[in-house]
This record gives sequence, C-alpha cells and structure tokens, in this order.
Amino acid sequence: MQGEPTSSPVTGLSSVSVVLAGSGGAGVMTAGNVLLEAAALSGYYALMTRSSGPQIRGGEAAAMIRIACAPVECMEGSFQVLAAVDWDNMQRFAAEIPLAGDALLVGDPARGDPPGAFTVGGTRYKGVELARIAKEITGGRANMVLLGHLAALLGLPDDALGQAAGRVLGSRPGVLEPSLAALAAGRATAVGSPAGLQLAPAPACPGGRWLLTGNEAAGLGAIKAGVRFVAAYPITPATELLEWMSAALPESGGVLVQAEDELASINMVIGSSFGGVPALTATSGPGLALMMESIGLAVAAEVPLVVIDVMRVGPSTGIPTKSEQGDLNIAIHGLHGDAPHLVLAPNGLGDCLRTTRWAVHLAEALQTPALVLSDQFLGQARAVVDRPEDPPFCARRLTAGQPDSEEYRRYRVTPTGVSPMAIPGTPRSAYTADGLAHSEDGTPSSQAADHLAQLRKRRHKLERHEFGELWADVEGDGELVVITFGSCTGPLREALAGARARGLALRLVSLRLLAPLQRERLEHLVADASRVVVVEQNPDGQLYRYLRSELDVEVPMDSLHKPGAQPFHPDELLDLLLQWSRT
Amino acid sequence: MSGEAVVHVPGHYKSAVKPVWCPGCGDFGVLNALAKALARMAVAPEDVAVVSGIGCSSRIPAYTSCYGFHGVHGRALPTGTGLKIARPDLTVIVTGGDGDGYSIGGNHFLHACRRNVDLTYIVMDNRVYGMTKGQPSPTTETHWSSKLAPHGTGLSEFHPMAIALASGANFIARGFTGDPNGLADLIVSAVETPGFSFVEVLSPCVTFRPEQKDWKKIVTPGSFTATDDAAEAARRIFTDDGLHLGVLYAGTRPPYGPPIAPAATVPDWLEEVFSL
Repeated sequence: MQGEPTSSPVTGLSSVSVVLAGSGGAGVMTAGNVLLEAAALSGYYALMTRSSGPQIRGGEAAAMIRIACAPVECMEGSFQVLAAVDWDNMQRFAAEIPLAGDALLVGDPARGDPPGAFTVGGTRYKGVELARIAKEITGGRANMVLLGHLAALLGLPDDALGQAAGRVLGSRPGVLEPSLAALAAGRATAVGSPAGLQLAPAPACPGGRWLLTGNEAAGLGAIKAGVRFVAAYPITPATELLEWMSAALPESGGVLVQAEDELASINMVIGSSFGGVPALTATSGPGLALMMESIGLAVAAEVPLVVIDVMRVGPSTGIPTKSEQGDLNIAIHGLHGDAPHLVLAPNGLGDCLRTTRWAVHLAEALQTPALVLSDQFLGQARAVVDRPEDPPFCARRLTAGQPDSEEYRRYRVTPTGVSPMAIPGTPRSAYTADGLAHSEDGTPSSQAADHLAQLRKRRHKLERHEFGELWADVEGDGELVVITFGSCTGPLREALAGARARGLALRLVSLRLLAPLQRERLEHLVADASRVVVVEQNPDGQLYRYLRSELDVEVPMDSLHKPGAQPFHPDELLDLLLQWSRT
Repeated sequence: MSGEAVVHVPGHYKSAVKPVWCPGCGDFGVLNALAKALARMAVAPEDVAVVSGIGCSSRIPAYTSCYGFHGVHGRALPTGTGLKIARPDLTVIVTGGDGDGYSIGGNHFLHACRRNVDLTYIVMDNRVYGMTKGQPSPTTETHWSSKLAPHGTGLSEFHPMAIALASGANFIARGFTGDPNGLADLIVSAVETPGFSFVEVLSPCVTFRPEQKDWKKIVTPGSFTATDDAAEAARRIFTDDGLHLGVLYAGTRPPYGPPIAPAATVPDWLEEVFSL
C-alpha cells in the first residue's frame, strides 16, 4: 500500500493503524479484541499485536491494531491514533509506537496530559472524559467509552461494533449491556472530532475469512496432518500453541503431555513416533537448544517428528516477548555430525497452517525430524485473513508388514533411502532403533562401510525427494531479486508493491523450505538477476551467509538485516530497497 | 498377535546379538531374568518395547527379541513415557544404569515417579560408570577412589529408593542379578502392578568394582513382602543396609492415563471457531 495515497477526503483510508493503551486492568486487550472483531465483521482485514510491561500481572499494556481494505501481514511504520485509558508508564512504549506526524492522541483529561514523548511534532490531542462518562452507566467501563470513540473516528458501523462486543464479552453475565451503553456514549463523544481517519468502504463479502493467530493456525495444521501426540514444556511465545492443542487434541483422538523439561518433551515425542503415532513439540530458542542432541538421535534412528520453534529474540533468555529470526543457524547447523533433516518456515499467519501440515507430511514421508521456524510475530499476532490455503497433506509413513520370505532389516538401503518402518506390535519385524551407528538390520556397528552406507541413505532420502512447488513463493519478475523467509515476507510484499508502483522491477523469493536447500531451483531463479538482496530479521544475516555458502552464482548478493525487537515495516523496507537499487 | 498358539520360553526373548558386556557382568543375569519374566507372562515379544539410554546396561534392548529403543544418555524414561502414552497396548520396560538414571537423567526419574505412567523401570546399579571406564556415579560410596576423583567424591550417596517413594512411584523393589529367579518374580510383579514400577537391581561391575562380586554372599533375598503403607516403606528404606531384597512398596495410586476420544478424526469445530 506504500507509495499510493492512503487517504483522501472522498474515499477514506485504505489502511489505518491505531493503539489502545492503558495500565493493567484497564481492559485495553479486551477493547482491542472487540475492535479487531468489529473490523472483521465490517468486512475489513485487520491485524493485532500486543505489548506489555515486564510485570506478570497488572502492568501497562498496548494493543496495536491495523485495519485495512486488503490483506495485511505486518504493522505499518507509524500509528495515526493513540487512544489511552490512562497515561501511566506509557512513555515506555514510545519506541514501539512511532506516531505519524499528525497523529491523534485521545485520553481522559482527568488522567493528566499525554507524556512528552508522544506530543512532539504535529500530533493533536482530544480529551474525552472517559471515567466520568463510564461512571454514569451502571457497570460501564472507560475502555468501552474509549473504544466507542475510536470506532466512530474510524467509521466502523454501529451494528458491527455491537456484534463484536457480543462475541468477545457475550459469555460474561452482566457485562454486555453496560458495555454497549458505554460504546454508544463513547461514540457520541466523537461528534466533531478531527476528520480524516475514516476508513474507505470495506471490500465486498467478508465470508470465508478467518480470525486467528499463527500459533493456532500451526496447531490446526498439525492436527489436520495427523499429529496425535504432543509433549512440550511451557515457553514464551509458544505456550498458546500448546494451550490451543491441549484442548483440541483430546477431541481428535490425541493427547498433550506437559513434560518436565525440553529434554523430556523431545524424547517423549520420539517415543510416541517410534510407536507409530505422529508427534510434535513446540518451543522457542532456549528449548530448541536443549533438544538438539535428541533431534540428532531422531535423524540417526530415522524417527519422524516435528519441532515448531516460535522464535524470539536471542541469544540466551533474550527478549521472550519480541520477534527475531535468529534461530536459523541452529536449526540448520545445530546438530553434531552430518545429520540431514528438514527446516521449514511459514511466511504468514495463515501459512502457519499449510507449512506445519506440510512439515508433518514431509517428516513422516522421509522419516526424519522437521523443524518449523515460526516466530513471535507470526505466532502471537491475531489477524483477519482469507481462509488459509490448506492442501490435504497427511502423515503417511512407509511401514513394514509381516515379512515372511525375507528377514526384516529396518535400515535397509533402498533406492529412495526410505526404508519400511516396523511399528511395535508387528510380528517378526522387531528391531532396536539406535543412535549408535548401525548396519542395515539396526545392529550397532563401528565399521566404516556401515557408517558410510547409512550416511548416504539418510542423505539420499532428502536429495531424491521431489518437494514440488511449495519450496518457495516466487512473486513478480525483474532483474533485482529479493530473497527472504518467514515473517519478513509480509512487510516485503507491501514494500515491493510500492517499489513496483515506482517503476522498480523486482522479484520476491520467500523460502518455505530452508533445508534441504533447493539449490538448483534457487540458482535458476537468480541466474538472470543483476543483483540479489537477502532480507531477514537477525543481527548478523544468517540466511545471507547460508545462501552465500551454498549458492554457486556470479550475481552480486547483498544482505539487508536488522536484529529483533523491532520488526521491519513496509515503508522502511521500501526506502532501503530504493536506496539499494540506486547504489 | 501372531495368531497361532505359541509356547513362550525365555530363549524366545533373546536376540542373536552378542553382548558387549565383560564376562561375569551382572547385566547378563538381568537379561536372563527379564527373559524369564516375559516368558512367564506369556506376552508376545513384538508387544514388548525395551527402551534405554546410554551405558553398559543400556545396551540391553538389542539383546532381546522385543522392539527396542537405544536412545541418548539419560532420556530413556521420557522416551518410554511417550511410547506408553501413545501406545497403551504395549508392555514398556525402561532399562539403564545408575549414571544414566540418577545423574544425567535424574530429573526424569523424579517426574516419572510423579507421573506414574504404567511402565517398569529396571535400573542395573553397579555404583560406577563402566562404559567410560571407572568414574564415580551418584550411588558410588563417598570415599571410593578413582582416577577422576582420587580422594573420593566427598558427596553423599544418592538414595534411589527414598527418592522414588517420596516422588510417588507406585511400586518399589530391590533385586539382585545373582538371583535370576527372584529377580524375574520382581519384574513380573512390577509389570503387573499398574503405574510406575521401579526395580533397583544390584548388578556387579566385575571390571571396575570387583569387590562387588562379594554381593552374592551378603544379599538377603525375600526380605520384604509388599506393603501399601508408605510410612512402613519409608522405615524399611531408611533402616535397611541396601542389601535386602524384595518388594519394599506396592501402592494403589491409579496410573496416569490422559483421556483420549475414541474418534481419531478432526472435529469440524476445530476450524469453525476461526471462521467469521
């Protein structure tokens, strides 16, 4: 959307970004969820991220919401409205909430003035007596007055707002009626407010859209692919994925076990999969680090499994609540020995469903671990999306029947490298799965020839598999090629639309399959390029270095990367791409 | 599972793979006792999974004719736990040594006792790391001298029975590898008792702890009959010299078994909740 006028008095905004903020207990997340639902019910696309203070409970919180006429997979670089129930400690959000030059601040005069960090430049201020108005309604709350005001500013229809409130608050007795009254009172205070924030008419037909987080999409993809066992240890920002699956799995004939640590969870998953039940765990960087030894075991013993890594800022404990793509190196290179395995990355919230589903399918088909690199943004952002792509990938493992003529050899070298796996309970096929180097029948062996044969077999499984078109999303055409993965794809898509509007011919390659790298296909895509830039969110350009080490191409390659905590925004990327194209 | 009537004898439960163990190693006796126990229970080898970590005793799965899993050091219990929860129809036997189970895998031991999944954990305790050639383990006596700890560890010895009882294990027994029939009895009881069953086996290391050969002269088989009184079990555990054999505790705690819907299909509501 960047590069085109986003506002005009006649048509309204095609995209608007607002913040609802307040101290703990003020109900800003509830208000944010109602706004998100109201936007969805009005036919808009929308996206919500959240930020809160370090307190476990009761800290200041901000719901950042973008509402747009077209699908959105990222936040914009600045916000047009900051609406606060109160201003306590709000200055700590100043870096996270960059305001547009003429942004509107909305607050309760009784709670003081907005912090100086927000009143620089040409920002405007509108005082609304939130607390006084709320007090006049029995059970009324200031957050709903504020939300009513904000919804009116944006031009969201009344009925959608009421319906959204019903969906979010409906189950709580005695809450909905006063909330509706407070919303109406808040709406009345917006009469005479500055214009220019009204949204353009919503695109037709909201039917078929979904409202969900990437974590939920990933969990759904896993279950639809056939995962029936999950073991995991709580960790931010993967916990919601586990909580969603904990409720969903038992209804699907599956089970979730809370393990004592990540060492246990990955080995429980291995145990389940050895028993023939497709299994998954979800974690974040610190947990993935603990699992590495056992993921290597799964490679050597050829046990299929899926690990979803919802990446957060590292190293070490890092910033648990913020996004970064810093686990690419450990996901690809973290296993000791040469241990071929799968690494995938969803490139959008809805795509978390498809990519996880594909990961389960690939892990089972190739009898090897698949690591799925989601991240805090994809996992925790809640968005209105078109119904996600959902190809019917399922867990289908090559299993052994009851061999009568030939003695069963679990690790038999086959043309594909995949050997039939006997599931416990199958007579005359018992074998011992082993992390020790082994011969074809699974017996431990320290012979070089056995080691080499099994190394090659495991390599061949991945090299000889036809991965199809899903390995990358390739969009646009041009001599300039931008390569990325994961959550950088959303802002890049927008930036590239803007670049194209300025006459720049660009091709975007968003890699969904990071390992095994589809080297020849990627080399083919960049063969005619004049330049390649690799865009990612980590401090040292991990994808760039990986591609530099793997690709044999003449074309100059540049790296565009920044560390986590602050995601890329489309306008920032557009500026960088324009600069880059000129140098 | 195989259809025709089968007479189960201990030999059916052993594989042709030659053990790496030293001649005279106590672990041979555990393998024999396990085979006897499985034959006595007449369970088909393919319906049994033997799961282990790393160490001399952890090599045991491949020496059986059952399904085996020889995983990484210290993680046998989680592997067996995942397998049993996913496949409750299988008989799951987790095996290993004192280093694997009480040191690197110590945390899993606590939580396996707490979780009380219906599996049997057999620890072959020789109070030494044998595979790495003679370092002290958690159960090694404080003053035992070795190359790695020439003046002894200076640490108090880990007390697995006390930890198991305190952590909620439902069945606690001590056996001796030199008494394979008695040990087989204990293993049968352990497998047949629902929940987490812990069998601590005195299994001498003839190479690095040759003095343990004398255990056969000083152990007392049949010292205990099962009690479900935890206080009595605690008295036995804390007053015993560690050489008395038998079932020290057999509780009645129901095993962990998460409720699972019979249908393995995906209900429509899973995605309908997201639809606007």
